[in-house]
Amino acid sequence: MYDFTEEELKRYSRHILLQDVGVEGQEKIKQGKVLVVGAGGLGAPVALYLAAAGVGTIGIVDGDVVDISNLQRQIIHFTPDTDRPKVDSAREKIKLINPNVKVNTYKQFLSADNALDIIKEYDFVVDGTDNFPVKFLINDACVMAGKPFSHGGILRFEGQTFTHLPGTACYRCLFNSPPPAGAVPTCSQAGVLGAIAGMLGTIQAAETLKYLTGVGELLTDRLLTFNAKTMEFRKIKTRRHDHCPLCGTHPTVKELVDYEQPTCELKKHK
Amino acid sequence: MAKITVNGEVQEVQLPLTVAELLQQSDVQQPDMVSVQLNEEFLERNEFPTQQLQEGDEVEFLYFMGGGQVYV
Repeated sequence: MYDFTEEELKRYSRHILLQDVGVEGQEKIKQGKVLVVGAGGLGAPVALYLAAAGVGTIGIVDGDVVDISNLQRQIIHFTPDTDRPKVDSAREKIKLINPNVKVNTYKQFLSADNALDIIKEYDFVVDGTDNFPVKFLINDACVMAGKPFSHGGILRFEGQTFTHLPGTACYRCLFNSPPPAGAVPTCSQAGVLGAIAGMLGTIQAAETLKYLTGVGELLTDRLLTFNAKTMEFRKIKTRRHDHCPLCGTHPTVKELVDYEQPTCELKKHK
Repeated sequence: MAKITVNGEVQEVQLPLTVAELLQQSDVQQPDMVSVQLNEEFLERNEFPTQQLQEGDEVEFLYFMGGGQVYV
């Protein structure tokens, strides 16, 4: 039997009406435990939609505080949240949207030391981070632990995402290792249109809900890319590679690595 | 001339042509930020200068994308 209160039945009525979801699917969402790494541009829409959807437990990992430059795209944080820890701000909004959600916050950055411990509590992991060292770390930890996850990346007017299930292509099958530090975009070439984060984050949230409910076909062995300038979406076929340094037949990556992250010296305008 | 498909679009190219040369021709500004799949196979970076392209090849440039964070 399903154990929904009157309030829950009303709150989730548009899911319950949905033939593929129904009460059964909503129960799976309620039982779901999802870890969102990064409460930033991608993590914000992911966490908000998962909370609204009624995901039972949401974990949020982020060691940062809210900066005014985040507010252009990180829609879970509001102007009065400036200087507050992102995890506190995110927890508050999640609870306001849906008090039924249990929120676990980790006010720290994911690292080789804590990654496996944190992710083991969850059914699905969402990469909402903004840098390559952590993207590789999430990939490696999830592959090692046999956890499914959603990868997401955005830049300028473009976004890309794929979903990993054990046995399907991983981030290293596509990208091998982090780009050389000197090669990452310079300050003038970086930046991102705020709404791109919403476009990609909501795709990641939808993938999460599809995974939890078992509905549809996940974005496995395909890399979805889009360019908002032309609104062209493409799905590039990918696959697990035998020579992948992590999941290939002769792996060279056997433990988690904290790669160096180049930082920008762009001075804050006071 | 030979026809190859680059990022889903058919192009006519002059052979011989290596992957490294194609990257250059395609005006890829930062080849270090691109990963290449040739006929759905991941291509090692050190193979770019020697890998010759052939009629009918399908090439995908996969771009590294972070989160719009600013870097030096």
